[in-house]
Order: sequence, then structure tokens, then C-alpha cells
Amino acid sequence: MTPTVIHEKCSGCGTCKLACAMENFSAVQPARALLRIEGRFPAPGDYQIHFCDQCGECADNCPVDAIAMEAGVYRVDPDLCTGCMTCVEVCPKGVMVEQPGSELPAKCILCGACAEICPRGAIVMTESMHA
Amino acid sequence: MYGYAGTILRIDLSSGAIEKQPLDETLAERFIGGRGFVAKLLFDELPRGIDPYDERNLFIAATGPLSGHLVPASGKTHFGTKSPATGGYADSNMGGHFGPALKYAGYDMLIITGCSPVPSYLFIDDDQVEIRPAGNYWGQGALTAEKSLKTDLGEDFQILTIGPAGEQRVRYACLSHDFGRQAGRSGVGAVLGSKRIKAIAVKGTGSLPVFDLKKAFAAGKEAYKKVSAKPGFTEWTPEGTAGITNWVNEVGVFPTRNFKTSFSDHYQAINGKAILKKLKITDKGCYCCPTPCGKYGHTQTRLGNAYVEGPEYETIALFGGNCELKTIEEVAYANYLCDELGVDTISAGAVISWTIECFEKGMLSEREIGRPVRFSDLETVNYLLDKIVAREGIGDLLAEGVKKAAEKVGQGSHAFAIHVKGLEWTGYECRNAPSMMLAYMTADIGAHHSRAWVLGHDMAGAWTNVHDLVSGGGTVERQPPARIRADSARFVIDSQHTRPLFDALGICRLQLMELGFEVENYEALFYFITGKKRSWKEMLGVSERIWNLTRSISAREIKGFGRSWDFPPDRFSTEPIPSGPNEGYFIPKESLDQLLDWYYAERGWDANGLPTRQTLVRLGLEEVADQLTAEGVLTH
Repeated sequence: MTPTVIHEKCSGCGTCKLACAMENFSAVQPARALLRIEGRFPAPGDYQIHFCDQCGECADNCPVDAIAMEAGVYRVDPDLCTGCMTCVEVCPKGVMVEQPGSELPAKCILCGACAEICPRGAIVMTESMHA
Repeated sequence: MYGYAGTILRIDLSSGAIEKQPLDETLAERFIGGRGFVAKLLFDELPRGIDPYDERNLFIAATGPLSGHLVPASGKTHFGTKSPATGGYADSNMGGHFGPALKYAGYDMLIITGCSPVPSYLFIDDDQVEIRPAGNYWGQGALTAEKSLKTDLGEDFQILTIGPAGEQRVRYACLSHDFGRQAGRSGVGAVLGSKRIKAIAVKGTGSLPVFDLKKAFAAGKEAYKKVSAKPGFTEWTPEGTAGITNWVNEVGVFPTRNFKTSFSDHYQAINGKAILKKLKITDKGCYCCPTPCGKYGHTQTRLGNAYVEGPEYETIALFGGNCELKTIEEVAYANYLCDELGVDTISAGAVISWTIECFEKGMLSEREIGRPVRFSDLETVNYLLDKIVAREGIGDLLAEGVKKAAEKVGQGSHAFAIHVKGLEWTGYECRNAPSMMLAYMTADIGAHHSRAWVLGHDMAGAWTNVHDLVSGGGTVERQPPARIRADSARFVIDSQHTRPLFDALGICRLQLMELGFEVENYEALFYFITGKKRSWKEMLGVSERIWNLTRSISAREIKGFGRSWDFPPDRFSTEPIPSGPNEGYFIPKESLDQLLDWYYAERGWDANGLPTRQTLVRLGLEEVADQLTAEGVLTH
């Protein structure tokens, strides 16, 4: 799956974040969501969707090689991860997320829950060309 | 308790005491949440007869069981207090993201009493709760203060602020949040200002307990699909509430020149389409809302430029119609001024239009006001808002609201001081809309439309679905006279139970009222989230209980409260509408009395409009009946 985000369609409702937390953590807890919505107010007065584009910065900087690409998605191996949070610091989108109540970070695995729920069509998942 | 956060946060500003207490299950069962909690807490804990600015007054922020859950538009927060505008029961609600954040921090409700020794703000970061000095935030505009706090605390904090109007106790000061959402009505911002609280900053990272998460998630996802499939979804969302501007003019209910008439011939310059063409940058939605009413944009006028959310329909009505600003840019700028200063656009528009009419009639002089004031003049709006918020000169009088101002000015100016119970009237003129008139007369906080919106019962050419409301741009035709009908009472009462039920649940009513999202969906979501099987009909019974409780609070707090408090200003019962589709119509006093007779009888209230013991007992409010009897309010 390849995500496409259309910032201009986002209305900042945050439904995507709640659906993400419910899908991935079985929790009504948007603080755990693996994407960010940034409201830029009062100026320029818009929303930016920050979404993992699988750039690999997290994997490149992980000191214990706990993050690796599997089927087009970088995943954190909880057995190897030491919780140093280096990946959280280097993530250019700010979507490697330190999890409340957990010592390990988490990241988007392209489950598509956000795109499925988004009422504005601002996040769209398409079949990847090179999956 | 599933659905709820489970804790009430109490803060006594005078002593600095911060207390967390478990949410009582019986309270949740009997009053659901939100507005229901507000009413019950005010009845139980408000010391009788105190001034609204007495430090013993309560300021309550309450969420509902569905707030923060995967339910369409679950971002509502309800605020309650004793109203500085009316002296009676007050509540005002707001969308945005504040309430869900409060719940994720662990609190269903925040109850503030006392008064801070110095200007302060409340800091809530999950378990960490502090009263912090407001420092330089005090004195800042409401929007500016929100930006300052976001910059200082971080984007993850949801911020509620008051503007200078709240600090100065303007009786229609509002609460502001999310750069454009307001709890505008009843003066809730003035009460927070009287407690010297500039802002409340909340960050919540916790989770909410759910009875059956799997089914709640599935039903939630299905709900979004169903809402998106409603025909109204694509029709309502583009323009939001501003989309009805055409219709209200074409059926002649648009307040114009201080409710002198009910049609503005420039309406197509200030409608929803004008917003899209001239202002809009982005849709701006409340938490989990699939149908964002908010249109955020930028306006340019000769007085200045501003980023602003809106204007919503009500602001268009009160500034575009009632103050007769002729362009959407000017209406939006007036909107921005109110937002930054922290005043309700509805009451502010009504106060300014009343002042202009007083000036035109020679009841207020240029010397008293400080300059000539005119309709269709943005400088007038700007000047008077500045005076009001500074409480300078004429502004000190106008900051009291139209009712109190008219009492001072005299000379018959009360006849066109457009309010009920001291709360200024919102955006629908009703001299040919008796059901809607009755809704305004009997709304528990004063002249407000959101308790019952029943124009469909009155108007020929009335809307049957959202398409009729927003299609607009059609013809302006003379309306036939509406009939005074006994069934108006039942119609109004049903609406007064349905719409405010959403205020108890902590969600927005729009999906049901405007889009026709069926009640069965809410019943299912309520069950999966809370584990309680409650039918819509049974919950409407709770809504009736709440309605009788809010009426009881006003009866207890306002000396002589009753039928005489339920009348509109004389303009509506004596002056025929001079122009537009409803030219010549008015509703004589005897017809208004008749409407009240039917309404009181249907509610089981006495001829003076007070709930009877029998009615209170039927609704499970025996303790209310006992207290009102003991205090001499109830005599039968």
C-alpha cells in the first residue's frame, strides 16, 4: 500500500488518529496514534498531515538495528529494541511515536485504518506499484 | 464506568485545593452527562441567590459519555454557571477538541469555585494539575493568548481562553478555543474572568474505557460510512451553517436593522457562497466531525486584515443583517474583533444594533455615545466593541447587555431591546413564526435557537430536507400568515428534548438534525461504548428531567420568575414587519399568552410556568420539589 496525503482536504478533526489507536492498540487513546495532524493557526490557517513515508531514517539511525524493512514497511522488532528513542529524535516527520505507558516506540505499518475512516478523503491508500 | 473517564476534578481557587473524586454512577444514570451534569451540580451546590460574580458561583466544564469516542462529532463540551446575563440557569457549549482532551486526561468534569488571588491559568497535564500565574497572558486577546500558550506549552495542549471582555466582566463574554470555536452564550466567559482565570490548558494522553471495543470500533466505522452516504453530507458541508443564509431571507426570517424587519436585500453578498469565494482557506472541523461547519479564512477590509474562522450563520445574521454590514469581508472582520476581544458575536451584534436604533431615535445622543453610530458601518462596530470591552463611557452601559441597558436608557427603548430573560436573541425573526417564537420564549437560557429550531413548523415553503435549506438563491415570495396552533407546544417541547439530549451525550446534533443520521445508530454506539442499554425514548425522558431541573434553577435564583419572564420584546407583539416576505405580520400579546398556556399545560407546569410537584415527582425529581417547597418557590 502507498499512502497519499492531501493536506488541503484535511479539516483537522483527528478521526484518523483515534481510528489508528483503536486499530493498532485496541485503545480509545489518540495520543498513541502513528500519524500527526498539525493545525497551523492563526496563520497560514491550514492543516498539515504528517505521515510515515517509510524514508528509513529510523532504521538507519537505530543503534541496535531493531528496525528493518519487511514487505515495503519498516517495522520495530520489540525483542531487539532497547527503547533508546533515537528513532523518535531523528524521524523527520515526527511520527515515530513514544508510546504512553510503554518503553518502546511505535511507527506506522500502513494498516490503512486512517484512510478508511477519514471523512474528508485526505488520506488515500493505493496499491503499491512495487510491492 | 465504561464510556466515562470516571473522575471529577474540583478546583477551589480561593484555597488552592485540588480534589479528584470518582464520578457517581447514579449521577451518570439519572443525568447522562454534559448539560445534565451541569444542571444537577448547579441545583445541588450553587448557594441560592448569590451574585453571578460572587466567588461562590460555580464554573463547570462537563463532557458526556460519548465525548472523545469514535462517534461522529464527539467534540462537544458543556459549560455551566449562574448567568451574569440573566441571573438564572446558564449553559453554553462548544465544539473543538477541548472536551475530549479533558477526558483523555482522566476527567469527565471540571468544577471551579472560588476566586484566584492573582490572574492565573489552569494547567492540566494528565494527573498533573496546577494553578499557574497568568503573567503576560492576562490582557491578551483570546486568540493571541491561545497562540501564546500553544507556543509556550506545546501543540499537544488544547487551550481554552477568555479575552479582555471576560477579564472586564462584559456580561456576554465568551470562552474561546481552537482559534475560532466559542462557548458564546450566557456570559460564561465573564464568570471565568471574575474568578481571575485567563485560560485552561489541557493535555490528555490516557485512554477511555469501552464496554465492547471491537463492536464500538466496527459501529463507529460504519457510522462514518452512513453519514457520508447521506444526501445532506455533500450539500451541508461545503458552506456549513452559512449555507442557510439564502433560505432564511427568502422566507423572511432574517433579523435586519435591530429586528426592525426580516429581510436584507444584500443577503447574497454575505452568504455561504460569498465565504467560499472571498474568504475560505480551509474547512475546519471539531473533534471526529465528518461534516466540518467551520470555514477558516482571511479577510481584508479598510479597517484591517485578519485570519478568522467563520462567519457562521448566526454571526452573519447579527452583523450582516442586524447591523447591516454589506460585505462578507466586513462581517468576517467584525467576527474577528469579537473573537479576539472575547465577546459573543450574537449578543454583541444585538447590543450594537440596539444602540444604533437608540441613536437614530434620539434616545442616546452623540455626546453620550462619543460619536455618531450608523447601520452598515464597520467603524461603528469597531468603535462600540472597543468601548464595551474597555467598559469606557457608553461601553460600560452596553457591556451590561440590552435588557439592563434599556432599563437605564428608558424612553421606551425596552420595546426594541431584543432579548428574552436578558439573553439577546439569535438569528431568526419570528413575527410570522409562532412555533419558533414559542421556542425562543421558553428556551431555558434565554433567547437561543439551539434548544428548539422549529421554523419548519411555521413557514410555508419550509424545508423538508437539507437540500431545501442550502440550495437557496431562489425566489423571494410573500409568505401566507402562519396560524397560531395548539400543536406548536408539543412540537417545541419535542425539539427541546431532542436537541439538548446531544448536549448531555457530549456530541454534536448536526448529524441527526441536518443529515438525518438515525437515532438507532446512537443507541447502538451508546451500548457498545457504555454497556448500558438505553433506548432513545428513555433518554428523551432524561432530557425532560433536565429541562425541568434547569427551569427549577431559574425559578429558585430569580425573584418573581415565571410567565412574565417568557415574553419577547414589545416590538414582536405590536409592530408589523415593515418589509419583505412577511410584511405586515406580528403576533399579538394575547396570542403569545395563548401559546404559553398550551406550552405550560403540555409540560405539566402551572399557569405561571413553574413545574408542579406532580410533574417533578413524575420525572424523578422529588428532591427538587422538596427543596423548592421548603424555600417557598413551589406553593402547590
